[in-house]
Amino acid sequence: MLLIHCPYCDETLPEAEFVYAGEAHIARPEDPSTYDDEAWRDFLFIRTNARGRHFERWRHTHGCGRFFNAVRDTVSDRFLLTYRAGEPRPSDAELEELAK
Amino acid sequence: MSGFRLPGRGRVNHDRPVGFSFDGDSYQGLEGDTVASALLANGVHLMGRSFKYHRPRGVVTAGPEEPNALLGTSRGEGRSEPNTRATMQEIYSGLTTTSQNRFPSLNFDLGAVNDHLGMLFSAGFYYKTFMWPKSFWDRVYEPVIRRAAGLGVSPSEPDPDTYASRFVHCDVLVVGAGPAGLAAALSAGRAGARTLLIDEGAESGGSLLSEPQAVIDGKPAWDWLSSALDELDGMVNVTVLSRTTAIGYYHQNMVGLVQRLTDHLAEPPADAPRERMLRVRADQVVLAQGAIEKPLVFDGNDRPGVMLAGAALTYLNRYGVRVGDRPVVLTSHDSAWYTAFDLSDAGVPVAGIVDTRTDVDLDLLENARSRGIVIYTGHTASSTAGRLRVTSLRVNPILNGKAGPGVTIECDAVLMCGGWTPSLHLFSHTKGSLRWDEETRTYLPGERTEEVHIAGAGRGLWGTGAALADGADAGAKAADAAGHSADVSQFDVTGDRGGTGASNVELPTDRNPATAKAFIDFQNDVTAKDIRLAVREGMHSIEHVKRYTTNGMATDQGKLSNINGLMIASDALGRNAPEVGLTTFRPPYSPTTFGAFCGYHRGERFEVIRTTPIDPWAEENGAVFEPVALWRRARYFPQPGEDMHTAVNRECAATRKSLGIFDASTLGKIEVAGPDAVEFMNRMYTNPWTKLGVGRCRYGLLLGEDGFIRDDGVIGRLSPDLFHVTTTTGGAPRVLAMMEDYLQTEWPDLKVWLTSTTEQWATIALNGPNARKLLEPLVEGQDLSDDAFPHMSVAECTVAGFPARLFRISFTGELGFEVNVPARHGLDLWKTLMAEGAQYDICPYGTETMHVLRAEKGYIIVGQDTDGTVTPQDAGLSWAIGKAKPDFVGKRSLARPDLVASGRKQLVGLMTVDPKTVLEEGAQIVADPNQPIPMKMIGHVTSSYWSEALGRSIAMAVVEDGFERKGDTLHIPMPDKTHAAVVSGTVFYDPEGDRLKL
Ligand SMILES: [Zn+2]
Repeated sequence: MLLIHCPYCDETLPEAEFVYAGEAHIARPEDPSTYDDEAWRDFLFIRTNARGRHFERWRHTHGCGRFFNAVRDTVSDRFLLTYRAGEPRPSDAELEELAK
Repeated sequence: MSGFRLPGRGRVNHDRPVGFSFDGDSYQGLEGDTVASALLANGVHLMGRSFKYHRPRGVVTAGPEEPNALLGTSRGEGRSEPNTRATMQEIYSGLTTTSQNRFPSLNFDLGAVNDHLGMLFSAGFYYKTFMWPKSFWDRVYEPVIRRAAGLGVSPSEPDPDTYASRFVHCDVLVVGAGPAGLAAALSAGRAGARTLLIDEGAESGGSLLSEPQAVIDGKPAWDWLSSALDELDGMVNVTVLSRTTAIGYYHQNMVGLVQRLTDHLAEPPADAPRERMLRVRADQVVLAQGAIEKPLVFDGNDRPGVMLAGAALTYLNRYGVRVGDRPVVLTSHDSAWYTAFDLSDAGVPVAGIVDTRTDVDLDLLENARSRGIVIYTGHTASSTAGRLRVTSLRVNPILNGKAGPGVTIECDAVLMCGGWTPSLHLFSHTKGSLRWDEETRTYLPGERTEEVHIAGAGRGLWGTGAALADGADAGAKAADAAGHSADVSQFDVTGDRGGTGASNVELPTDRNPATAKAFIDFQNDVTAKDIRLAVREGMHSIEHVKRYTTNGMATDQGKLSNINGLMIASDALGRNAPEVGLTTFRPPYSPTTFGAFCGYHRGERFEVIRTTPIDPWAEENGAVFEPVALWRRARYFPQPGEDMHTAVNRECAATRKSLGIFDASTLGKIEVAGPDAVEFMNRMYTNPWTKLGVGRCRYGLLLGEDGFIRDDGVIGRLSPDLFHVTTTTGGAPRVLAMMEDYLQTEWPDLKVWLTSTTEQWATIALNGPNARKLLEPLVEGQDLSDDAFPHMSVAECTVAGFPARLFRISFTGELGFEVNVPARHGLDLWKTLMAEGAQYDICPYGTETMHVLRAEKGYIIVGQDTDGTVTPQDAGLSWAIGKAKPDFVGKRSLARPDLVASGRKQLVGLMTVDPKTVLEEGAQIVADPNQPIPMKMIGHVTSSYWSEALGRSIAMAVVEDGFERKGDTLHIPMPDKTHAAVVSGTVFYDPEGDRLKL
């Protein structure tokens, strides 16, 4: 069982308190009607499926209830970072620094 | 005194005899014995039959890796267990054990005929032998395999035992309480680290229990062991658990332990749990699991009496049992020589030491000579003889890698050693890499992925002194890493035994290798020949070889066989071992009971059962219940003599005729509150909400962003900034999570608060022409007349004196009200309504009647009439879409090409041509019943009931282009006959809706 740091509660807690909520940084468009069929398909269904660093969302369901973002390595299953929803996607350089 | 017990020797209690039985015969062992040691003390080696060939097999090991001596144990009804390892099960007075995989008896087994059909059962036989003819499958192969397959018999009764579980947190978890583990725990414990030391044996000590000759810090090994355990016992920060197996090593240093609490007790305390699962989260883990001895691979190496030399040493020194009257040692490693020396010193005549090496340590040779033991260096073993017990070993000198002329050594035990394999199973669970060590020809730990330290024989070190020093170092490092400041404990060891060895494939032989039965995996009957055959037949990956031959797939999970299998496969492939690879170790490390995994989660605690405030009344009044999501709901209320059909017909008729009452408390309820509540509702639901007046309700439809129906429910507006949203019973948590997701992450600017109020309210539905007459006198603060409170109204008022949210809505097509009162008043309100409703013959009804009544009106149930691929258009709900709204969740998708294409399945009604036929829900629909099979299926029945109101069956279905097929006859092929049905609309009853307008 993984340990996950909730950036709102600022505590590292067992995975059982959390649920996975899909890939992160896929914002719903302001006006979906401006999207053509291909662009809308991509928004709905096309995901990164990364081998390695993956930006993803989790929710602290059995805790504060907040959705937040995380960077997890899908090979090692290690969390590199968790951060609040709405905060910018960390740069590769920042993540390299963290991985050290 | 049993024939093979050495008086006064070992750690067993010679003053405490213990009686037990094996295959119906009574035996006597001693307190401290395992079943294996006690049977060996009685001269019994034959303990089982192999899986495939039913060959007679004796005990091979003295530990958890045992492949052969698997027994059935029983202590009464439901308390039988198959495949109990005789080497691990401690005896207690009255223990009953039986051998497995034999018929009719262990000594005479008919299945052994398989042994002569070896050709049929060679590598890959599962894939080859039973391919054809097809007709043989049902009548011949399947029954034969079923009878032959499987080890032991599982109990058919429920398990009456209880199983506990708990979480544990510690600084340092030490797995294995041999010298390395003890030293690690001493270092960590002395530094003040919270330390947990576990061992799967009944006693701590590991190899020290088998090798008492060493002197540690001036004390004999066993005295030192006692004082070390006393010291650990005296530290408040250290816990030592015996009979505790680490079954799996999971992410971030979570290790699963199973502690066996009562299986060794003659009279377990009442209500004591049988086992306990401990989920340990350790800051640091020290793995001190030692090494497992490898068998040698030669013809007849599976005969009872052939066992590992290290096991014989354990039986001698720990249990005081000599495993034979005339054992011979066969080895390629120094360690087995000490078995011969200890046996000889205990007065057992050793028939010889056969070593495949020519170059053997001079001290060993001298020690053997001084004891008068015949030495055969540079020798191989080419066969054994004996039916139920080995009687001789044939050995040959190795000349230029080939076996010379053989000589026969009479013996009653062959004690073999092919070297030692570091036990790295748990380390492998962490995906830690393994490194091939060419010198010792074994895998050693490589890169670590967790905070783990490996100590002692587990990383290829040899001897008590090395294990103690390495363990002390690992324990200190672990304690330091956990934030303590540790000194490395020092130990002074004399009398240690060194050990080096050589690695082998099959031993050279002068016999025809094609007829040799040189076993690698004893339990699964995999031979060296099978591995070579698998390679010849194209299995070049070790994972393929494993599956093709079943090598390593037995209950011991390859603990004995993996490395021998790898050596032979890499030899056959002409590649180095690391290029061939190693199969993956996965949890559990050793067989684990389902009970341990279940823990407390069984019976009533298997799953949460949610009940409504009215549930006790339903129970008292004979309701038949059904599970709906986690809820327990009343399905119908049978009167004496009624079956479900009769009861439902009566409940339906009574509701339509006068008045029905229904517990709708399980409906999901969410309060959407805040200044932006209406904007939020507009964005979430398909319907327009801006113009919905306070005090009015609307049917709400919720889509996923993909445009498919997710949920529905009636939503009331209680004030400009407060909505009372209802959801389906099963959908409530999903809907709330979805709302939270959008609110938190897409529209955080909206001032809206979401609160689950499902369990806040008890909800009672009253339906039928007399519903208003019942309610009117009980309601204060709201005029219930049709003008003042029309269909789809909501009001806050009091009902029978209780504060209430009163809805005028209907899920039956009758005049209907839903009364929400605070949950604590639900039961009282229900009772009041039942009492006051007596004058209208009020009838309680359950979910089954609710389903029929709603289906008669064509009201869908999301999840039954829809399946996650149904759009509002498909379900005939286009009217619920706010077409003027710029956006809502799922709106853009409704214009996706595949959602507007023709050929989509659409929700329609079905009227069977025979009105008495009630179709089966889920049945497939075809257009032409005479088309060839496989027919084209164009849809399926989603809801189907007998309608008492209509005197005929009704059904709903999703059918390709269903709206265009109105009036067509379709067909539903069923096993008995094909039913014809005409496509109709979905509103079967009161299509004008007049009954709602009373
Ligand atoms: Zn939180």
